[in-house]
Amino acid sequence: MSPIEGTLLQLNSVAGAFWEIVALTFRVTGTATLISAALGIPAGALLGLSKFSGRRFIVTSIYTGMGLPPVVVGLAVYLTLSRSGPLGGMEWLFTPWAMVVAQVIISFPLVAGLTMTAIEALDPDLRLQLRSLGAGRRQEVAAMLGEAREGVVAAVVAGFGGIISEVGAAMLVGGNIESQTRVLSTAIVLETRRGFFGLALGLGGALLGMAFMVNFIFLRLQGRGRWPVR
Amino acid sequence: MIKSAVRGALLCTVSLLLASCSSPKGQVLRLATTTSTYDSGLLNDILPAFEAEYGVRVDVVAVGTGQALALGRRGDADVILVHAASKEQAFVEEGYGLARFPVMFNDFILVGPPEDPAKIGGVGQAAEALARIAAAAAPFASRGDDSGTYARERALWQAAGLQPDSEAGWYLSLGQGMAATLQFADEVGAYTLTDRGTFMAQRAQLEHLELMVGGGSISENADRALMNPYSVIPVNPAGNGGVQADLAQKFIDWLLSLDTQKRIAVFGIDQFGQPLFFPDSERWRSTRP
Repeated sequence: MSPIEGTLLQLNSVAGAFWEIVALTFRVTGTATLISAALGIPAGALLGLSKFSGRRFIVTSIYTGMGLPPVVVGLAVYLTLSRSGPLGGMEWLFTPWAMVVAQVIISFPLVAGLTMTAIEALDPDLRLQLRSLGAGRRQEVAAMLGEAREGVVAAVVAGFGGIISEVGAAMLVGGNIESQTRVLSTAIVLETRRGFFGLALGLGGALLGMAFMVNFIFLRLQGRGRWPVR
Repeated sequence: MIKSAVRGALLCTVSLLLASCSSPKGQVLRLATTTSTYDSGLLNDILPAFEAEYGVRVDVVAVGTGQALALGRRGDADVILVHAASKEQAFVEEGYGLARFPVMFNDFILVGPPEDPAKIGGVGQAAEALARIAAAAAPFASRGDDSGTYARERALWQAAGLQPDSEAGWYLSLGQGMAATLQFADEVGAYTLTDRGTFMAQRAQLEHLELMVGGGSISENADRALMNPYSVIPVNPAGNGGVQADLAQKFIDWLLSLDTQKRIAVFGIDQFGQPLFFPDSERWRSTRP
């Protein structure tokens, strides 16, 4: 069989599966990014605005979390969700939910930490101004986040970027099961392992294309649109 | 803008929720197997018949042999399909598996550069060929991982009375999968031990590797030590409520049945002109003279 025939055979066998893989990648990483942002942005804002004992410890932990090897997170999540582990009864291992859990843990420190620094970088007078205008606590935080929105969106972009291409944890807790937990990154590893480098590169291109599209949308979030201040 | 972004992300979450609700529990069998078994394509070929007949989805997790057995020990898989006899025996003896059932076998071959510096081309026994490679200090690429292939490689070196390691500069321990090891051997002009199936599947990309020991097909392989038997093992459900023991037994009965064994016997003929596996279940053996 010539290399071209071989590649065409591979592509054909993978075509139907390709969109399934892309869809699952969107769903898993989209969900994880949403949860991570929902948890990380408020956490980062609070850290940026408050002083309390133990704050330095928490900030150090978050910075350390940014550098956590994702595969170690995957191992910890695997051991926790394993049938022999403490949360085995949930039957989440080798399902997309386990992948979401791992991805949230990986991206949360990035989102929280970078939101925190974005808030810290704001002019402190702004806060005084808001208070003197009679802003309540929630209004104050929302307004500060709105002012810092470039940094906040960058925080979410960093979190998203960290998980869309992550493969070690996704393999460990997802298992790369065909049609169930196979996402773009794990599919690339599979095809590379099989020696189908052309196909692996193609999948890599798809991954980059997807990330580019999403980041383009994020960029628009930075510039336009009014952030709600009620 | 932010509203539509949030809406989009919520859509992802909801669709994920819906997807995970659509498959009722108790209808999924988890099979842990090795990467080379999965990569051969056999499971994708035969499993749909099982899934259709029993209305069960089989989730195949393909990892290294060591990891597959670890999944079994933790009860994260319901049934294991591997090819590492001593590790399987230990697994069953330690109580993690209920029993080992032979399923099929294929074979290993030695491949190497066409120049054949160690002069092993056509040698019948692998141990003798390895001894020649060591004597010639010809480059040899080893999987160097927890795979069944690596275990067999070490056993063959032992049979030749040798224990090479990286200190000897010609022995290259890669810690990688089979395809990567073959690619490496192809680039560098090294000998390596491989399962026949992976070599055949990769043949087009491996321009500087030729079959040295093992004959043109399994039936022509003169060395019993190169035979590679596969076993299926039901995971012991004792002490682990999540393990689907009944489903696992149904799967094993199906896998060892004559119909499935016949399908295994013809897999690969279309693509490679020869089968990739030889069936070997008890039931199959009983029908042979």
